Amino acid sequence: MHVLRPLYVVLGLVAIILAARPLIVPKDFGIYERGYMFGWYRKANEEDWKNFKVKYQGRDYCQDCHGEQFQLLRTSAHTIIECENCHGPALDHPSDPQKLLIDRGRELCLRCHTALPYPTSKRAEIKGIDADAHNPGLECSGCHDPHRASKPT
Amino acid sequence: MNRRGFLKLSIKGAAGIAFAKGLDEIFRPRQGLAAVKPVRWGFLVDTYKCIGCGFCVRACKLENEIPYEANVSRTWVERYVITKDGRVFADAPKEARNGFTTNRVDLGMGRYQDIKGEYIDKAFFVPKLCNQCDKPPCVQVCPVGATYQTADGVVLVDRKWCIGCGYCIMACPYGMRFFHPVHQVAEKCNFCYHRITKGMKPACVQACPTGARKIGNIKDAQDPVANIIMTQRVSIHKPEYGTNPQVYFIGLSEEVR
Repeated sequence: MHVLRPLYVVLGLVAIILAARPLIVPKDFGIYERGYMFGWYRKANEEDWKNFKVKYQGRDYCQDCHGEQFQLLRTSAHTIIECENCHGPALDHPSDPQKLLIDRGRELCLRCHTALPYPTSKRAEIKGIDADAHNPGLECSGCHDPHRASKPT
Repeated sequence: MNRRGFLKLSIKGAAGIAFAKGLDEIFRPRQGLAAVKPVRWGFLVDTYKCIGCGFCVRACKLENEIPYEANVSRTWVERYVITKDGRVFADAPKEARNGFTTNRVDLGMGRYQDIKGEYIDKAFFVPKLCNQCDKPPCVQVCPVGATYQTADGVVLVDRKWCIGCGYCIMACPYGMRFFHPVHQVAEKCNFCYHRITKGMKPACVQACPTGARKIGNIKDAQDPVANIIMTQRVSIHKPEYGTNPQVYFIGLSEEVR
């Protein structure tokens, strides 16, 4: 009956795989709401993603302590810009980090205020400059107050 | 059964029915079931409003811990410039994480094209992000069940389970997936799942100054974003693939791929 020996080997392998499977595959791995095609996964991973750290807290988070600047910004054209776009993500400020790193570079302002002549985009409606001709090398905030979105005083 | 027994049983029966009815009035199990509203996240991009500032890309990369200087991103902004002689230029330098600060279009291979305003017919920006397709081909091809669709329609990647084979990156018709340089697994936009499940907006939606990016529940008829998707003229990317994208665009042009 030596011809059956490979069969015993295969049966043995199948038995080992079946025995090892519950140890390797997590208990919550299965078929969920979206069916076998799209919903075959480890359920605990949904919680892993939900527990991911939030970094951008939104302007309401800033408002309570920095009310003065918040009110100033509210009356300017820059009110549409989130605080954290220029001041960086708040994370757990003020405990961690204690101070936020403010981006005062020209490049930050030029994201919107480079003059681009694009007729079918809202970009064309924004006041723009030619960065190479308009006071190159100087910080914008030296003359313009970003919270007031103002002309130099 | 005698008369006395019949009356006793009738009273008990009536009391039992009244008690059950009372419980139903107090706890209202049907109302409790109705309170669990179905959620299906849908995204709306208004290309007319986009100004190409790239704050969305920056916020996304910092929020989702994608190495900032690496040339990969969950979302990016494309610039399309169509000249008067019908030529189409498109670029997204560094995924537009620093915005568009020059009118030189990046042609690739270190070549640039300066395009003056008088030669431009139309020019606009198109933000792109994962479409969270209703029939995601990237999920179908995963051999180990590491990428999947949640009940609210968001496609997630299980970083512990992903073996990094890259099938899903090849399968996405929109090129939205990439290999995470640190975790060494497939990576993609998930509508900031950690934020939307807490009632917050995705980082890109919050960072957008002009409201070009919006998110809503398309199963809720009262939702303003769902309302726009249902009642206004919106389009999706590559409908011929049959993937049923759930990211809708206002003002898409035929030049946009």
